Amino acid sequence: MNRLSGIAASNGIAIAKAFRLENPELTVDKKNVTDTQAEIERFNQAVKESIAELEVIKKRTAEEISDKEAAIFGAHLLVLEDPELIGPITDKIKTDGVNAEFALHETSTMFVDMFEAMDNEYMKERAADVRDVTKRVLAHLLGVKIQNPSMITDEVVVIAEDLTPSDTVQLNPKFIKGFITDIGGRTSHSAILARTLEIPAVVGAKSAMSTIDNGTIVIIDGLEGDVLLNPDEATLAEYKEKQSAFASQKAEWAKLKNEATVTKDGVEVELGANIGTPKDLTGVLENGGEAIGLYRTEFLYMGRDNFPTEDEQFDAYSAVLKGMEGKPTVVRTLDIGGDKELSYLTLPKELNPFLGLRAIRLCLEMPDMFRTQLRALLRASVHGNLKIMFPMIATLDEFRQAKALLMEEKAKLEAEGIDVSDSIEVGIMVEIPSTAVMADTFAKEVDFFSIGTNDLIQYTMAADRMNESVSYLYQPYNPAILRLVKNVIDASHKEGKWTGMCGEMAGDEIAIPILLGLGLDEFSMSASSILKARSQLSRLSKADMEGHVDHILGLATSEEVEDYVKNL
Amino acid sequence: MVEKTFTITDPAGMHARPASALVGSLSKFQSDITMEFKDKKVNLKSILGVMSLGVPSGSTVQIAADGADEAEAMETIERVLNEQGISNE
Repeated sequence: MNRLSGIAASNGIAIAKAFRLENPELTVDKKNVTDTQAEIERFNQAVKESIAELEVIKKRTAEEISDKEAAIFGAHLLVLEDPELIGPITDKIKTDGVNAEFALHETSTMFVDMFEAMDNEYMKERAADVRDVTKRVLAHLLGVKIQNPSMITDEVVVIAEDLTPSDTVQLNPKFIKGFITDIGGRTSHSAILARTLEIPAVVGAKSAMSTIDNGTIVIIDGLEGDVLLNPDEATLAEYKEKQSAFASQKAEWAKLKNEATVTKDGVEVELGANIGTPKDLTGVLENGGEAIGLYRTEFLYMGRDNFPTEDEQFDAYSAVLKGMEGKPTVVRTLDIGGDKELSYLTLPKELNPFLGLRAIRLCLEMPDMFRTQLRALLRASVHGNLKIMFPMIATLDEFRQAKALLMEEKAKLEAEGIDVSDSIEVGIMVEIPSTAVMADTFAKEVDFFSIGTNDLIQYTMAADRMNESVSYLYQPYNPAILRLVKNVIDASHKEGKWTGMCGEMAGDEIAIPILLGLGLDEFSMSASSILKARSQLSRLSKADMEGHVDHILGLATSEEVEDYVKNL
Repeated sequence: MVEKTFTITDPAGMHARPASALVGSLSKFQSDITMEFKDKKVNLKSILGVMSLGVPSGSTVQIAADGADEAEAMETIERVLNEQGISNE
C-alpha cells in the first residue's frame, strides 16, 4: 500500500478507481509566416471559437452551480477581449511575421510570469486564469482536442497535475467522487469549487500523476489530506466506516442548521459566530449562526495606510447589521496595540505590549479616533440589533468614560437630526482578572459581559500566549479560570443581565458542558464550529451539568477537570 | 480629459469581480481610459492591466478618460464602482 499526502482542500472520504486526466502537451514551435493577414484571421477565428465555448461553460456553471462560480468565466471572456493581450499578439504576427501559436505563447507567458511574481496568493492564482485561457485558444489553433471531464461516466477519482477552472466545473459529482492534484493550495479555484460541490479533494499532492495508474483503487481522505493507494481489506473497511460516519454526521449537522440550540432538557442557549469582516457573514448564515458574538473591528483599520473614515466604517457596520436581519450583533470597538499594530499609527515601543497601551486604553487616549468609530456605530444602529462592547476594561472608571463618550456622540447625532436606535446594549469584554473579580459591581452598570478567554487565561496565569516555553500554562480548564467564569456569570444573572463567551474556549468540546452547567447564555465561536456545538448541546442536559459544577470547581488541576468531563 | 480620484474600500481591494464589471462596462467607449496607482498607469479597458496593479484595500487610484465620450465614460465608472460597493470618492 502506498501513501501520499497533500493539502486537505475539501472534506469527506472518497473511495474509487483512479482516472488520470492527462494534460496534452501543447508544444509551440516558432514558424515564419508570409501571409500575416491570413495568420491574424486564423488567430481571430480561434479566439472566436474559444469565446463561444466559454459562453457555454459560463451558462452551464451559472445554472448548475452558481452565478458566483460562473463569474470566473466572465473574467476569462474579458481576457479574450483584452486589448492589452490581443493587441500585442496581432502586432507580433504582423511585425515579426511569426505564427499565431508563437505570438500567443510569448505574450501570455509575459502575463503569467508577471502574476506569478506578485507577492500575493490571490494574484498568483490569476496566473492560472491566463494559462487556462491561453491553453484553450492554443488547442483551437493546433486542432488538438483537450480531454473533457464531462465525458466521464464511471465512478472515479480524478488525478491531475492541476485542474483548470473550466475542468473543475465539468466535474459531475454523480461520477466524480473526488480529486487529487499535484499542485494548488486551499485557495485555488479547484479547491474552492470542490467545497462548493461537496466532493472530497486533496491538492498539492506533488507526485500523484507520477505514481498513480489508471484503475488503481484510491482512497481520498479530504479531512486529513491523505491519499491511500491499493488499500488492504482492513484499511478499506476502516475508511468505509469513516466515510459513513462523516456522511451521517454531515446529515445530522445539516438538519440543525435552521434549528434553535436546545439542550436535552429543553433549555435554549444562543450560538453566535466571531467575525472579522462583512465578508464572513456568508459563513455565519450558512452555518446557522443565531448571532454575532464578536465582530472584531480592527480589520477595518488594518492593511491600509490611513484611518478608515466614519462613512467607510458606517458602510461596514451597516452591511453586517443588515445581513444579520435583526439577530443580535455584538461589535467590539477597536482593539489595537499590544501585538496588533497599524502602519500609520506610530506608538512608542513598549517593554510589555500586552500590559501596555492597547484597546480601550488607547481609545481613551485618542478620543477623536474613538469618537469616529462610535459615531459610525451609532448611525448604523438603525439597521439591526446592535450591541456595543468595549475591550480590555480593567476598571469601572474606564467603562464610565467610554460610555460617556458614546452618549455624547449619540446626543450630537440626535441634535443633527440623525436617527439612532434607542435599544443599543452596551457591555464589556471580561478579559482582565480585576474585572472578573469585580463583576458584581460592573453588572450594575453594564448591559452584558462577554468573556474573552484567550486574554483572560493569559492574564490570570501570567503567561504570554505567544511564548512557547510557557505554553503549558495556557489552561482553559484550570479551576482558577472556571471559578472566574462562574463569578462573572453569577454576577450578571443577579442583576438580570447576560454573559457570553467569545474566546476559543466557547467552541471547545470539553469546555461546552462545563460552561452550560455554569449558566453561560451565549457561546460565540468560529462559524465552522457552530453546527458541531449545536449537536453536542442537544445531547447535554443543563440540569445534569449543573449538578457537576460544584465538583468540577473543587478539582485541583486542569488535567483533573479534563478527565472528569471526558468520563461523564 | 476628465480625471477623478477614488478610494478602494472593499476589504479585498480591487479583486476579480468588481474589476471584471468595471472593465466589461468600458469596451463600448471610444475614449482612452486609464487607471493610475502608485505611479503605474494601465489601460482600464484591459482586465489583465487592472489586475496587474494589485490594488489593495484603502488605496487611492486616479482614473482618467480622454476622448469624445469621456464624460459619459466617467459617469459609468462612478456608477459601476458604486454598484460594486468597492469605492467611495
